[in-house]
Amino acid sequence: MTDRLDLPDASWTRVSPKYKWPEMGSYLLSGLVVAALSAFTWFSGQWWGFAITAAILVITGFVVGFTPRRVRAIGYQLREDDLLVRRGILFLRFVAVPYGRMQLIDVNRGPIVRALGLSDLKFVTAAASSAVTIPGVPVDDAERLRDRLVELAESRRAGL
Amino acid sequence: MSHPSLARGPAVVLTDGEWHRLHPATPLLRGGIVLVAILFFVLNTEKDNLLQLFLPAPGGGRGDGGGRGDSDAGDPVAYVVGHGFIGLALAGIALLILILLAIFYASWRMNTFRVTDETVEVRSGIVFRSNRRARLDRIQGINIQRSLFARVFGAAKLEINQAGHDANVPLAYLGSAAAEDVRREILRRASGARESAPERPGGAGGVGLVEQRLHEFLAAPLGEGQVAPHSVVTMRLGRLIGSALLSGFTLFLAAVVAAVVISIATTGQYFLLIVFFPTLLGSFSFYSRRVVKSLRYSIAATPDGIRVGWGLLATSNETLPPGRIHSIRLSQPLLWRPFGWWEVKINRASHSSTKGADGQANTTILPVGSALDVSRVLGLILPELVGLPAVDAALATSPRRASPVPVSLEKGETGDARALAAEKPERAVAESRTALSLIEAGMTSSGGDGGFTTSPRRAQWIRWFSWRRNGFRTAPGSILLRKGAIWRQLVVVPLPRVQSVSIRQGPLLRRLRLAAIDLHTVQGPITAQIGALDAGDARVFFESASHDAVVAARADRTHRWFDQQAAGLPWAPPTSDQRLPDPSREEHP
Repeated sequence: MTDRLDLPDASWTRVSPKYKWPEMGSYLLSGLVVAALSAFTWFSGQWWGFAITAAILVITGFVVGFTPRRVRAIGYQLREDDLLVRRGILFLRFVAVPYGRMQLIDVNRGPIVRALGLSDLKFVTAAASSAVTIPGVPVDDAERLRDRLVELAESRRAGL
Repeated sequence: MSHPSLARGPAVVLTDGEWHRLHPATPLLRGGIVLVAILFFVLNTEKDNLLQLFLPAPGGGRGDGGGRGDSDAGDPVAYVVGHGFIGLALAGIALLILILLAIFYASWRMNTFRVTDETVEVRSGIVFRSNRRARLDRIQGINIQRSLFARVFGAAKLEINQAGHDANVPLAYLGSAAAEDVRREILRRASGARESAPERPGGAGGVGLVEQRLHEFLAAPLGEGQVAPHSVVTMRLGRLIGSALLSGFTLFLAAVVAAVVISIATTGQYFLLIVFFPTLLGSFSFYSRRVVKSLRYSIAATPDGIRVGWGLLATSNETLPPGRIHSIRLSQPLLWRPFGWWEVKINRASHSSTKGADGQANTTILPVGSALDVSRVLGLILPELVGLPAVDAALATSPRRASPVPVSLEKGETGDARALAAEKPERAVAESRTALSLIEAGMTSSGGDGGFTTSPRRAQWIRWFSWRRNGFRTAPGSILLRKGAIWRQLVVVPLPRVQSVSIRQGPLLRRLRLAAIDLHTVQGPITAQIGALDAGDARVFFESASHDAVVAARADRTHRWFDQQAAGLPWAPPTSDQRLPDPSREEHP
């Protein structure tokens, strides 16, 4: 794990550590639902029915356990001409979106995220594959970041 | 609203900013075809009954008195004839046709359009009115389609393509010549060129209507501009048929045949043949469609971008202004390799309603061509990479190759290829060869040839055959991704069109100290990504590509493509601080 990809001169702004709670909750819930569905295989009376459920529970445990680390790994940085976003530990991904390429910026707030005082930011470019989101930004920061990015996008507006 | 005039006159009248109506034959062309088809169908299926109506029934035929009521119970025509409702039925049909005609006529009356200096606007609908206005500088392409029926009437459908789903502005139908004029005028205004285009020389004066129609009918699908554009690629029938037969679909068909033969041989059952015959018929139509569609393919340069023409009976030709192509892929299926054929596809922001050679969205720009054809086509669609401006760029960068910003050309440093060509022709030729060889090298080379940075040796675990070929390089204004040893392809992404850049690494790539790069462009058949690069190389590439994309996008002026030429810069983009004043440009999100 020493050869992890990293960008040397990047100073990341991390998202709120509170964001791990909704993430862990949703992973735990979906893991339990899948495990409950797999319980139907128990009726076959075979040993692998239980093995499947156990495997699902173990995987869910791992995913939930690693969630705080994954949330810590989410970061963004406003560079001079573009927004740099990083995500992931195992599947690492860095995206650089030039400000002029942003078509619109969404601020989303689900009930749980809102209860924690957070917002999710989503950036849309003309390319569907850009898929840039910054989840778990404190509400005030999110508003400020959105306004700042809109302002930057205005000043560097480019065509398609 | 002033009285809209008919769309028959020259474009000077049609594009004067007033509301105009479409071609008067529009109701007939839109709805008439359906009516004629229905009439034909009815006549065809009921010809027995019609014969019986006017001729005495042959003795001992099917209609003998009482038997008719039972046997023809489900046939409405027989019922009508049998019960003496002919007059009523005919009146009903006539009324229906009249109502339909009235609706079509009203729809034509209500369908008006106008072209102003900034926008094109269409109003349509009788009950549900709609009004669509499109900005001229956001045009992604203008397509003129002529169905066989429309060609007989000398009409054409003009379609202005805008970025996005269902974002096209159709003008159906205009007069054939008027459509050409309107397109040229719209493109002229969109380009930001100030002076008006010269008038079309002599209209239809003195020439008979039939002769004119015939002339239009026989004209190549490129359209009849004032200067007939010369296609740089000629499609050969043999090559076209060969390429269709040697496509992946043939492999699939061969597999199906093999499966059928094996199944018959082993089981002795013939039921699979029932499945097989429709497949065979379908494949025949696939081949014929592909060949017929591409038979009169042509591609040419016009002052307002490239023009691509398709079709034998129903023709379409589309003008793509500069800077509307978001990525380009040259690919060579395995079976084409002995012949050296290539296919060129593009990603574009608009979705034209015409279909391409394979019945897919119109993203094929060269269905099949030799390496020479490919370089000619690329010379049109990427002039900054292989054309004369590429020589400019090569001259500008050659004394200072270590420039931190190799892509952006500043005004003072731009060499002038035309001047050079006049003074030292041999050097200009040599420079343009270098620029051309860039693409040619990318098509077939492997290893470090052609300046590509390739995957390291350890990448052969995941790129078994292609690790030597898998690579990238930056070129003036573009990024080249070279991939595939068996199915060769070269993806070219113009830097000003890159929407965002990403670098990623999963567990497998990390173990091998590799990384993958994605260049995000608008959606299309091409995904510009390259995997299995050395992690260090990939990081450097990510940094330089994301920086170059910003610089190139800032310098890009193609949405008003003639403005830069007015400033005496052949394609070389001005930098941000040298922006030309453009009062018409709106800064809005």
